[in-house]
Amino acid sequence: MVMANTMDRREAVAKLLAARNGALVVTGLGSPSYDVHAAGDRDDNYYLWGAMGGAALTGLGLAQAQPEKRVMVITGDGEMLMAFGAMATIAVAAPKNLDIIVLDNQHFGETGMQDSHTGCGIALDKVAAASGFAETGELHSLEEVDALTARLQTPTTGPRLFVLKIEAKNLPRSLPPRDAVAVKNRFRAHLGLGTC
Amino acid sequence: MTVADPISPDLTTQWPEALYGVLKAADIRQMSYVPDAGHSTLIRLFNADPAVKSNVLTTEEEGIAIATGAWLGGQRSVVLMQSSGVGNCINMLSLPVQTRTPLLMLVTMRGEWGEFNPWQVPMGRATEAALRAIGVTVLRAETGADVVAMVEQAASMAFDGDQQIAVLIGQRLLGKKKW
Repeated sequence: MVMANTMDRREAVAKLLAARNGALVVTGLGSPSYDVHAAGDRDDNYYLWGAMGGAALTGLGLAQAQPEKRVMVITGDGEMLMAFGAMATIAVAAPKNLDIIVLDNQHFGETGMQDSHTGCGIALDKVAAASGFAETGELHSLEEVDALTARLQTPTTGPRLFVLKIEAKNLPRSLPPRDAVAVKNRFRAHLGLGTC
Repeated sequence: MTVADPISPDLTTQWPEALYGVLKAADIRQMSYVPDAGHSTLIRLFNADPAVKSNVLTTEEEGIAIATGAWLGGQRSVVLMQSSGVGNCINMLSLPVQTRTPLLMLVTMRGEWGEFNPWQVPMGRATEAALRAIGVTVLRAETGADVVAMVEQAASMAFDGDQQIAVLIGQRLLGKKKW
């Protein structure tokens, strides 16, 4: 069933990435990794294939290590629900260069489309706001994503989290490389760091 | 580290201060923690250090992801926790293990020596086995001099050799401190 007031996830992600403007990207496992890969495989994408609940905090460690660069985490509602406490940790850390995009289809899409908490009334943007994120919001259309891409170019005073309500569809998979060491090494090489 | 130097701190009591020196010498730039009394000196020293970003965690596995991100961005980090927290970390450890990302964890033990709380015993008993099962190298220190020497070489193994290493700090050692 397609929910009202939702958008196509691949189009939304493509818009965000077209305007990434040097941002380093970390993806949560499953469909968000496929969405980012579908928009074009790049050295400055870091895809997770597991470690559910780890995307936003991988983004935090990266943002703290690279304070001059913007870090954009693109993940799903299920992955972010497993990182519920991470919103407190990130709010306290207060990085000015970490943006979290939650692609929210209100379901666990990879495992049979079971309802997730976000379909039962939990609003992750409100949780982030209550935790102390500098900017938060819930978006329902690609037009709103266009406005968000412009907003993300502007400086901010702390971490930002935006929930994009997307259609609950399983699209054809666009699989990123599964060689975790190779993806790590090419990401570090992109930053001019040594690999081994 | 000049462990044998007579002007060095007395490692039977001042190993946390010496540990801080070892970690600074290893160029640690991020530290994350769920507090434990046995880590309190180290936490205080890092929190007061403007050259190190310290993150207080809601649960220990968060620190594993932060450490992975820090290395992706070119910084070395350390994660502090007590043994009960190791149980919270297991699936997240697949991230540094599978990506072969350096990881240094310092784990203060509970549930094994003079423990008054029986609820600490099961995870204390499982700590080393659980870490080994997921692929983390485990070192275990029982004296202050041991802790300092092991962390120094564990940092080298982790950051120069891409290993995932936990140094367990025995509760018998912690029991000698006043806390």
